[in-house]
Amino acid sequence: MFSYIVRRVFQSVIVLLVVGLVAFAMFNFVGDPIDNMLGQERTQEDIDRLRAQLGLDQPFPVQYWKFLMNAAEGNMGVSYRQGRPVTEIISERLPATLELALVSGFLALFFGIVMGVLTAIRRDGWMANTVMTLSLVGVSLPTFLIGILLIYIFSVELDMLPSFGRGEVVEVGNWTTGFLTASGLKALILPSITLGLYQMTLIMRLVRSEMLEVLRQDYVRFARARGLSERVINFRHALKNTLVPVITVTGLQLGSIIAFAIITETVFQWPGVGLLFINAVQFVDVPVMAAYLMMISVLFVGINLIVDLLYVAIDPRLRG
Amino acid sequence: MTDSTNPQKTRPMSKLARAWDSDIGYAFRRSPVAIVSLAVAMTLVLAAVFAPLIAPYNPFDPATLNLMNGFTPPSEPNAFTGETFWLGTDDQGRDVFSTILYGLRISLFVGFAAVMLGLTLGVIAGLVSGYYGGWTDTLIMRTADVQLTFPSILVAMLIFGIAKGVTPVEYRDQMAIWVLILAIGLSDWVQFARVVRGATMVEKNKEYVQAARLIGRGSLPIMFRHILPNVLSPVLVIATISLALAIIAEATLSFLGVGAPPTQPSLGTLIRVGQGFLFSGEWWILFFPACTLLALALSVNLLGDWLRDALNPKLR
Repeated sequence: MFSYIVRRVFQSVIVLLVVGLVAFAMFNFVGDPIDNMLGQERTQEDIDRLRAQLGLDQPFPVQYWKFLMNAAEGNMGVSYRQGRPVTEIISERLPATLELALVSGFLALFFGIVMGVLTAIRRDGWMANTVMTLSLVGVSLPTFLIGILLIYIFSVELDMLPSFGRGEVVEVGNWTTGFLTASGLKALILPSITLGLYQMTLIMRLVRSEMLEVLRQDYVRFARARGLSERVINFRHALKNTLVPVITVTGLQLGSIIAFAIITETVFQWPGVGLLFINAVQFVDVPVMAAYLMMISVLFVGINLIVDLLYVAIDPRLRG
Repeated sequence: MTDSTNPQKTRPMSKLARAWDSDIGYAFRRSPVAIVSLAVAMTLVLAAVFAPLIAPYNPFDPATLNLMNGFTPPSEPNAFTGETFWLGTDDQGRDVFSTILYGLRISLFVGFAAVMLGLTLGVIAGLVSGYYGGWTDTLIMRTADVQLTFPSILVAMLIFGIAKGVTPVEYRDQMAIWVLILAIGLSDWVQFARVVRGATMVEKNKEYVQAARLIGRGSLPIMFRHILPNVLSPVLVIATISLALAIIAEATLSFLGVGAPPTQPSLGTLIRVGQGFLFSGEWWILFFPACTLLALALSVNLLGDWLRDALNPKLR
């Protein structure tokens, strides 16, 4: 058990070091930082001075080490495009993305589990068949088309919900939240459905197949023999035992929700980190790209690690 | 089509007829989904290949464009020029049907090329990894693991951003298509590598490989001439599914503005342009490219699903 944890943590650190190397390489090889920072009228002296100041004259491992230390302190350089520290820009944008991810994750989990259970119980009903067919179409639909479709129906035709932005936001300390105003909540509906739909179908299919498996087990038959009501059997006995894989998958999907938020944020012009990243790619704003990469990899690797450790904690068979 | 093969029964069967008569052929004939998907996919591929012949206009030749024709609704005569366009025109007076055909060409080209790149890299990596084992294997598979931690669309965006930064500004638009292929191709080699590695590890212990080794064949001929043909059928399935994913990935990247440039629009770029006119009521600029993309992605996806089931002996 202990050696497993140590090995897992060690692997995660290696992954982060590799990603850090990629981010560092981006700084050094994609465009010349000296070019980016000095204007047209520069002398060789200026260049040498800045080079020494930035530590670019030092050997590669020393530079890499400094880069990692800076990154760990939250110093990721200055955006080429906005001229402000990257950490500042990202921390401004992060609440929008996290709120969106939270709501869509919740939607996906709730409706995914409910629909998964229902389609498993009434396996051959027309509702189950419709839902399963729709989910197949839903998986092939690109996210941005779903977003555009929702905008067309609910914003253009019905004029019920806003098609872009966060609505009114309230500042709570360093955090801006859209949860506290009516327009903020309204603005959350379409983006969160768009973002959560794919994860919802995934969770639904998983819960369904796990439920079908569990419902065949002996203890469910005995519960039925004891005369327990169908609802107690389905939700208390069967569902509980399907949740372990669901927790794992949901945990892993949390990372992809934040990554796929890039697409949703672009469709709805949602002012989060995803939109920031895509603009950075368009304008080759290397510090922002590198910082986003570092941030998302810490997130992904962290989530993977926690899920793996949780898995061991939940399932005693894996502790060997 | 079944009748046309019957009179030839006496002659030795052609390759096509043999394929028609095989298990896969039988499974294909019995699956309406597969037939319809293949028909749709083939129609779209042919339309893309022969786009210059089919398209009524060349949307990229400024000489044929008339700005007065802008925003013509589908199949209605234009208010100024009286010209009619089957699927309408966009803001610059380009025929939507023609831009879709040319866009389809770019989408399919990028999709195919990206899958070929991912397939080649993945198959080589998988063969080497599975055949040699040891530290080569560890190195390749660890790289794959690190990459798998991240969604492939994110990897593709990142590669696109880096490659864009490395290319000089004046070549960026010309290179965009190739950068896109590189980005999508590099983001999906892992699937191929994993499957090929697993299959290679099984195959390399079989007698025919030992026999080949005994007669003194080198590692490379054994890997590519002997093992490779035996691990290809799962590769085919993954390639089909990857094609659907690559087409969607390309459309997504182009939609986000980090893919095909407006000078060489793919379906994704067309949808991106069309989205701007959704609120002013010009729905056709968005609607028809979106439908084409959907038909393409769905038919290739269903075909991949069907192929996976048909090639899986457990399900037969």
